[in-house]
Amino acid sequence: MNRIAMRRLLTKISIYVVLILGAGVVLVPFAWMVSTSLKPFKEIFIYPPEVFPRHVQWRNYVEAIYHAHFPVWVYFRNSLIISAPVAVLDVLMCAIVAFAFARLWFRGRDILFLILLSTMMLPGQVTMIPTFILYSRLGWIDTFLPIIVPAFFGWNYGIFLLRQYFASIPDELDDAARIDGCGPVSTMFRIHMPIAKPALGMVAIFSFTGMWSEFLRPLLYLRDIHLWPMTLALNAYKSPRGGNTRWEYLMVMTIFTCLPPLLLFLAAQRYYIQGVVITGVKG
Amino acid sequence: MGTLLGILRGGSSTRNRGSKYRRLSLMRRREELVGWLFVSPWVLGFLALTLGPMVASFYLSFHRASMLSPSVFVGLANYQTLLSRDEIQSLLWKTLYNTSYYVFFSVPLKTALAFGLAVMLNQSFRGRGLFRTIYYLPSIVPPVAGAALWLWVFHRDFGILNSMLRLIGIQGPPWLTSVVWAKPALVIMSLWQAGGGLLILLAGLQGVPTELHDAAKVDGAAAWSRFWHITVPIMTPTLFFVLVTEIISSFQVFVVTWVMTDGGPVNTTLMYVLWLYRLAFQQFKMGYASALAWVYFAILMAFAALIFKSSSAWVYYEGKLMGGKR
Repeated sequence: MNRIAMRRLLTKISIYVVLILGAGVVLVPFAWMVSTSLKPFKEIFIYPPEVFPRHVQWRNYVEAIYHAHFPVWVYFRNSLIISAPVAVLDVLMCAIVAFAFARLWFRGRDILFLILLSTMMLPGQVTMIPTFILYSRLGWIDTFLPIIVPAFFGWNYGIFLLRQYFASIPDELDDAARIDGCGPVSTMFRIHMPIAKPALGMVAIFSFTGMWSEFLRPLLYLRDIHLWPMTLALNAYKSPRGGNTRWEYLMVMTIFTCLPPLLLFLAAQRYYIQGVVITGVKG
Repeated sequence: MGTLLGILRGGSSTRNRGSKYRRLSLMRRREELVGWLFVSPWVLGFLALTLGPMVASFYLSFHRASMLSPSVFVGLANYQTLLSRDEIQSLLWKTLYNTSYYVFFSVPLKTALAFGLAVMLNQSFRGRGLFRTIYYLPSIVPPVAGAALWLWVFHRDFGILNSMLRLIGIQGPPWLTSVVWAKPALVIMSLWQAGGGLLILLAGLQGVPTELHDAAKVDGAAAWSRFWHITVPIMTPTLFFVLVTEIISSFQVFVVTWVMTDGGPVNTTLMYVLWLYRLAFQQFKMGYASALAWVYFAILMAFAALIFKSSSAWVYYEGKLMGGKR
């Protein structure tokens, strides 16, 4: 073997080693989460701690469900009630708005798009307080409305993503549709929406996982425990001062909370990654 | 497909349909009407949920306001209290220090880590996709779940981190309950989520033209110098983009401190947004909290302006290098 080939091999091996070590570091917390979730209570506080449970106790998963005020499926259902309609609304509204930005000409379009871009950089704190006052005046505290209703107005990241996608579709298709007598509306629904399916999927996934992970808005608007989504319930699984937290239950609950976004990601990885690259939303 | 990055650097791909010279035929007019109709949901939302609240928040910042009593005009008093050095009234400097500490350590380390990993993952070898998936996994975990998990990882006696340190003979600190180690702990945790930046940087690396590398190879440039003189300059716009978005999101860190430390011990992890939340929604000082929000906004914008300004010195635009063509 000559020297160059030798060096190339060495580089390859060292990259592998570094990447495998890095992957190990990334995965350790996950492994720790799963292992703790299966440990009997007695084994949690063994000193020094052990990585693998001596006795695997699946019962934890059932017990954790009933550990909080309400059984976990109540929270799970609430999370779904929030996330699913928001995802559907976001896809529909963002597509409509994005289509106008990408494909239709109207006065003020470019300046409006610039405004949309700048709102993507706006820190939410600037609008948070008046928005809260507005929703409480409307009597929307302890309803899902403050979380779901904004989706009727579209979501800036989703609009941006879809606009980029629509803008990349060749003009000839529009022209052909126009010759066939299609107006803007039917061009959108017959030509662009079918082509943009992957992008629409991205928006749906992003919007769903984003809402599923949302913490601040439920914290602000949902005081009634019965309405809590998974994120708030998970937070309540740890005891306020940490003293008598049931770690095995907390880890089970963490797994339940992570599962839907993780499964969605693994199922639609390609779209997901493309979406991250376009918008810079990092999940 | 253009990216947000492309738009930021001014290469907007907005299609200009020669609007000025086009006669407003009936069809055009119909198109314009439909256009306005289609964007109207977003425009309404912008007016009602962004612009309106911004104006209201600005107004509130000059008032003493709570949910219960009518607001009273107080002029600049909120801003004066905020900028005063009175630690009972204003934790501005404290929280600003804490937040900046977090941002200045987390963002560069995270970006450097992501870049390093991206460069390695950009080589062609088997199992690349698997590594990419693994590195990205932590970024999908909801912030609350990540915080709950790391609360347990950082546990002083029974956490995995300290037991691993013990294996190599180090007695780990009590991390989240230590005045010294709480902030570094949050930074360490944030590095776990370097995968988002990694994806963007990896996509950028795949756009680095191979011809340049080949030409440099012919000229006898070593791998290291090719990296510094070709890859890094071409990647600066992407790095810039990742840095900007990362800085903005890190400045707004909230959930992690809410779940893991609640600002403690002794306010060492009390971040600006957490303080703002407490003032607005636990003490109901909504006028004061609005002033806080605006000062924060000003700081963020000043910071962003600074980075944008500095970018001309270190961000290399493709146009200059490649004659404006991809």
